[in-house]
Amino acid sequence: MIRDITIGQYYPGKSLLHKIDPRMKLILTFAVIVVIFLCKNFFSLGVIAVTAVIASALSGVPAKMLLKSLKPIAVILLFTAILNVFYTQGGDVWLEWKFIKITEKGVFTAIFTMVRIISLVLISSLLTYTTTPTMLTDALERVLSPLKIFKIKVHTLAMMMTLALRFIPTLIEEIDRIMNAQKARGADLETGGIVQRAKALVPIFVPLMVSSFRRAYELAFAMTCRCYTGGEGRTRMKQMKLSGLDFFALFVCVAITAGIIVLNHFFEAVI
Amino acid sequence: MSEKLIEFKNVTMFYNDPEEAEAGENIAPALTDVSFSVEKGEFVAVLGHNGSGKSTLAKLCNAIYEPSSGTVSVKGIIADDDEKADEVRRIVGMVFQNPDNQIVATIVEDDVAFGPENLGVEPKEIRRRVDEALKAVNMYDHRHREPHKLSGGQKQRVAIAGVLAMQTECIVLDEPTAMLDPMGREEVMQTVHRMNKEMGITVVLITHFMDEAVKADRVVIMSGGRIVMQGKPREVFSKVEELRSYGLDVPQSTELCRNLGFGDGVLNVDECVELIAEKLGGAR
Repeated sequence: MIRDITIGQYYPGKSLLHKIDPRMKLILTFAVIVVIFLCKNFFSLGVIAVTAVIASALSGVPAKMLLKSLKPIAVILLFTAILNVFYTQGGDVWLEWKFIKITEKGVFTAIFTMVRIISLVLISSLLTYTTTPTMLTDALERVLSPLKIFKIKVHTLAMMMTLALRFIPTLIEEIDRIMNAQKARGADLETGGIVQRAKALVPIFVPLMVSSFRRAYELAFAMTCRCYTGGEGRTRMKQMKLSGLDFFALFVCVAITAGIIVLNHFFEAVI
Repeated sequence: MSEKLIEFKNVTMFYNDPEEAEAGENIAPALTDVSFSVEKGEFVAVLGHNGSGKSTLAKLCNAIYEPSSGTVSVKGIIADDDEKADEVRRIVGMVFQNPDNQIVATIVEDDVAFGPENLGVEPKEIRRRVDEALKAVNMYDHRHREPHKLSGGQKQRVAIAGVLAMQTECIVLDEPTAMLDPMGREEVMQTVHRMNKEMGITVVLITHFMDEAVKADRVVIMSGGRIVMQGKPREVFSKVEELRSYGLDVPQSTELCRNLGFGDGVLNVDECVELIAEKLGGAR
């Protein structure tokens, strides 16, 4: 069972979104997230929302999976909506009862914020649905490589991320093994209060730490043996090349941004 | 003419310097005055029980450790600084015991590419080498899979492919099958033999399984940090009493034939079967 875990939430596919160069996807996703916060009225936000929906459809990721990524933020959505409805005041009064006063502006702001957050989460989860964690770290390394001039070791950071990703399943297996071993020795992991349960985890985490250090030591040996000396003088097997599709995606995003700026200018701002 | 690829000259190795060691630290040398060499294209099996120094010997071969005294040279290069150590590692590759702790990337083919990428090989050439290496270990069909979903034997073959892709002349395997099931062990051993026979790669196999050593060109027996016996498998395994004194056993088929009084020269199951059939006076 545990052998089947996949890291991240990558959904294998061959859609247009899958094919965009991961570097371009990374940059564009961040750009669009910024643009979402530039939207000032329902027309410009509508453009973003429609874009998010079209992109979702293009990605071929099942709607069910996309909704699942929205589930963790349901509470936040509800919370912000309620706060906005009650605390933002202005415009026509729609309902007044004792100290509660719901106004036009409050409701609009609530809807606006909700749509904004949903688009935000949708777009960013599309990135992780259509890009493998490996490709993402690779892209991150390349996108951030100009930071070298500030003496930031981008390659080292990326290598650390790759290794972390690589060892997650290994360590999960290890935890499973240690838990079984401790259970076999009579360790009780499932009963008692929070404090007791937390204490019961100590005999699991101590061996895990020890074995992790041993693994790290052996891995360092293995990497040295394979002539790893850091990022300098390294080449990459998988080259990333920007294609027409990437420039098309860039063009689409630029067009959307331009449209939003224009719409912001011509219509009244909601917030 | 044979050419010496790895040469140990009077190598002694301490993990703790005896003069600076604190009380209670182990100051016994891991290796004492070891001299031996590996020739190009040879298949050498190093046998010994736990603590005999066989792993230390392996790690000296590709400059992970520096000897306390004596010299280790690989193709005449003595790794006394980082640059030369790097050169040595381009000639001698290494596969470790635990397959999990030597796979670096999250995808099989990326892991195989790790070595050549470190060497700064051209991307197209890396692609070619990776495909070739994966085909050589019969893992080409699994190239897009995640390493943690492979069996132990498959992981170990990926590790071997990782060394092959670096195109080293020699590969040192430090108990590569110790953590594998019999199936995985068989897969790995077949791969190692094929590498040696078909690609002419020099192999130094560290192991404690007698049966794996039988097919080697030369067997080296270690005990207490010294080389105590050396020679062709047939010669070494016929000295049963001496082997036992070093805490080692002979291969099962050798032992059977010996106990039956059929002589000491038998090395594997096929020979054993043939010999017994012959003695019984019937054809197989």
